[in-house]
Amino acid sequence: MESTTLWFLLIAVLWTGYLALEGFDFGVGLLTRRFARDDTERRVLINTIGPVWDGNEVWVITAVGATFAAFPEWYSTAWSAYYLPLLLILLALIGRGLAFEYRAKGDTDSWRRRWDLVIFVGSAVPAFVWGVILAGFVQGLPLDARHDFVGGWADLVTPYTLLGGVVTLALALLHGTHYVALKTVGDIRVRARRLAGRLAVPVGVVLAAFLAWTLLRDDTPSRLAAAGALVTVAAVAAGATAIARGREGWAFVATFAAVAGTAVTLFAALFPDVLPSTLDAANGLTTANASSSDYTLTVMTWVAVPFVPAVLIYQSWVYWMFRKRIGVQHIP
Amino acid sequence: MDVLDLARWQFGITTVVHFFFVPFTISMAFLVAIMQSVWMRTKSERWLRLTKFFGKLLLINLAVGVVTGLVQEFQFGMNWSDFSRFVGDVFGAPLAMEALLAFYLESVFVGVWIFGWGRIPPKIHLTTIWVTAFGTLLSAYFILAANSFMQNPVGYEIDEAAGCAELTDIWAVLTNKVLLVTFPHTIFAAFMVGGGVVAAVAMWHLVRGARNPDDAAPGAPSDRGAFRTALRIGAVTVLIGGIGVAITGDTQGKVMTEVQPMKMASAEALYETAQPAPFSLFTVGTLDGSEALYSIEVPQLLSFLGTGSFDGQVEGINDLQAQYEELYGPGDYSPNIPVTYWTFRMMITMGGLAGLIALWQLWATRRGRVPASPWALRAAAVLPVLPLAGNAFGWIFTEMGRQPWLVFGLMRTESGISPSTSATTVFVSLAAFTVLYAGLTWLWVYLLLRHARPGLPDVTPTGGDAEPDQPDEADADKPLSFAY
Ligand code: HDD
Ligand code: HEM
Ligand code: HEM
Repeated sequence: MESTTLWFLLIAVLWTGYLALEGFDFGVGLLTRRFARDDTERRVLINTIGPVWDGNEVWVITAVGATFAAFPEWYSTAWSAYYLPLLLILLALIGRGLAFEYRAKGDTDSWRRRWDLVIFVGSAVPAFVWGVILAGFVQGLPLDARHDFVGGWADLVTPYTLLGGVVTLALALLHGTHYVALKTVGDIRVRARRLAGRLAVPVGVVLAAFLAWTLLRDDTPSRLAAAGALVTVAAVAAGATAIARGREGWAFVATFAAVAGTAVTLFAALFPDVLPSTLDAANGLTTANASSSDYTLTVMTWVAVPFVPAVLIYQSWVYWMFRKRIGVQHIP
Repeated sequence: MDVLDLARWQFGITTVVHFFFVPFTISMAFLVAIMQSVWMRTKSERWLRLTKFFGKLLLINLAVGVVTGLVQEFQFGMNWSDFSRFVGDVFGAPLAMEALLAFYLESVFVGVWIFGWGRIPPKIHLTTIWVTAFGTLLSAYFILAANSFMQNPVGYEIDEAAGCAELTDIWAVLTNKVLLVTFPHTIFAAFMVGGGVVAAVAMWHLVRGARNPDDAAPGAPSDRGAFRTALRIGAVTVLIGGIGVAITGDTQGKVMTEVQPMKMASAEALYETAQPAPFSLFTVGTLDGSEALYSIEVPQLLSFLGTGSFDGQVEGINDLQAQYEELYGPGDYSPNIPVTYWTFRMMITMGGLAGLIALWQLWATRRGRVPASPWALRAAAVLPVLPLAGNAFGWIFTEMGRQPWLVFGLMRTESGISPSTSATTVFVSLAAFTVLYAGLTWLWVYLLLRHARPGLPDVTPTGGDAEPDQPDEADADKPLSFAY
């Protein structure tokens, strides 16, 4: 395999990891609002992701760092074009990170209520905006011959990219609900199962619509993209069946697969472009013209080969370590 | 202000604020790891209480460190896309390595440390804080490798066709001579911050206890012993950091004279080449090359700092300007002289003062004594602020002293900007970050003070973890010993 293809693949894997891992903790953040009945329940929810959310967030830092190293042109063009949406994400993630850590460090009700709002908004905004951005990569942007973005808001926010945002948000919610069902005991668990059952159909429909649209954008959609879409829809259905039978672990695995399938469709539809131009196809960025030198890619491959698996191993170990369910009785 | 000024202010503000939290995290992670290790060794409750107390301050700080770091990762693309295009091939590599090798370690293991109290075997729990601490060092190393490339580009070639730098030797980038001196200097400077915090908090509690023995915190007598220990650790750390910073700083001066002589000349506002060159402690009057009104000078010191010999020659700004014009064409190649002159001095002064206070603390608390004057409280209050300010001045000096270059000798700052972003956009984000960062810095101070004030936490017997217990399926319904 060519090294540029390998790095495209690795970046796709990092994004998939990010969407699948931080996806559920965004979902948990969304549930803190209406779903949690009181402060103790909110704390149960937050503590299900307490030890892991920060490690999950590093997936996006790595995805972005890897993009910088392997495809500097992609990094430069994309983040200067998506400047303001990215600003929204950063502000949201800053607030959210502080909220988890600081919410319990004051003792008035209004202190906690304010941080609760930050957790909710801080989870909803990135869950939505990342979808807009990733769909935007597939859709393409008006780029000039220097690969600079020459458009405006209307090029960033289109019906297709908005639907992309809805999809990542909806997936995060469903995925997070399965996670909560898997990680809690008592009343919360029962309610999470029920909610997951009700969410499955609307989420499935939105997903199917978006994936079909993605496939139809191409005259000859890639087989891999189509396969990803099929897996996604099947996984959502499987998840619904599993949760109805009380198999929460399988339901969680199913939405994990749904997120992965969606990512496969998006990145397969994108490849070999990384950011096409809607003005003149020749202005677009591809894995070939956006990439680093062979030497850099080789060096980075040597770094990634031992360390990506190492990260997977120790991060899985942490999930194993904190595998116990928690409930209201555990909150001190 | 144009896009360039706005983008520079934005980078300066967000980075300097990020670097308030960074040295705190680096040093405190190690200090807490040491405290916990001593506890595991001695089983003395005092060390457990210190671990938990300073551990909490570490976590309050870590949260702001992490979220402000997140912004840094994207900034190069948002505001500096032409810079990223130009050097991405070289510069992206250490950044990606930092994420893959360091950030995962830090974030994953600190999570285990926080939630692992009483839930995982104590030895493993101890290991997690050491891994976290080690992760912060790795992260500093890689990011400083990126920064050192900007100070002294090595291991690259210019690809004329593509118009960008290409990495040819990663090893050269990772052993850049600027990096080899910058890394220890930055780490020693970081330890001055953590040591300062520990010493200051301990001092404050001791003095308060001595001034009003009645309203001391619960568990007062043993608190006193523990804080006395903490004071020693903190003050000694500040002193070690101070000595380390002076030694490495001296070496840095020589490397800098070699790779960026203009920065050294600007640090002294030395316009005319001199042999030997003096170092002025203080100057009244303008720094524009005309006669200073008043100045205290130490003869030959600059020569020593720059060359290692008391009568070495140090090139002046005017000579260097002429050389650079010949090399790079017409233009102004000197940085903002008053800024470099004063930040360099302030860096050293702040660190020096912190060292003096630490020495005084050790002396004032010798053999069981506790000073009770209000000055002892004031000294404690400024102790952590001084090294923090020293760090900020050091960075402002390093980065402003590199101007007008973004990547020394290769790219000027104005060429690195994103061509597609408008001034309005940058202004919006500058305003948003400034307001948010002001808020979070305030919150950080507020929470640190709030959690430093009530003495050491109670760990027996209701605290539940004086004896670290093995995870036990039997009491599955026991409340968590730590929860958000
Ligand atoms: C000398 C050390 C040093 C320097 C110069 C910088 N940082 Fe930093 N950074 C750290 C040392 C550090 C750290 C000690 O590792 C932090 C502080 C708090 C923390 O958790 O890790 C961190 C956190 C941190 C994070 C969050 C990591 C996480 O989620 O765990 C990111 C993404 C960055 N940094 C990125 C940057 C970038 C792109 C910088 C360049 C402008 C930068 N940092 C300067
Ligand atoms: C955390 C420590 C750092 C601090 C406090 C710091 C501080 C600053 C300051 C104050 C400026 C503005 C200078 C000016 O506008 O004249 C600046 C500029 C800059 N620094 Fe640093 N810096 C730090 C680390 C880094 C690192 C590690 C990198 C690269 C990886 C870096 C890259 C840059 C860039 C790209 C600029 C461009 C803006 C400019 O030069 O005006 N900095 N930095
Ligand atoms: C005798 C004392 C000191 C000397 C001679 C010294 C020297 C230097 C020099 C020459 C640089 C610039 C390096 C470059 O741009 O290439 C520097 C940078 C810096 N200094 Fe110091 N310094 C001293 C004390 C301190 C103290 C007390 C602190 C903080 C508490 C500190 C923190 C820093 C930082 C954070 C930087 C920027 C990062 C770097 O380039 O290493 N320094 N110092």
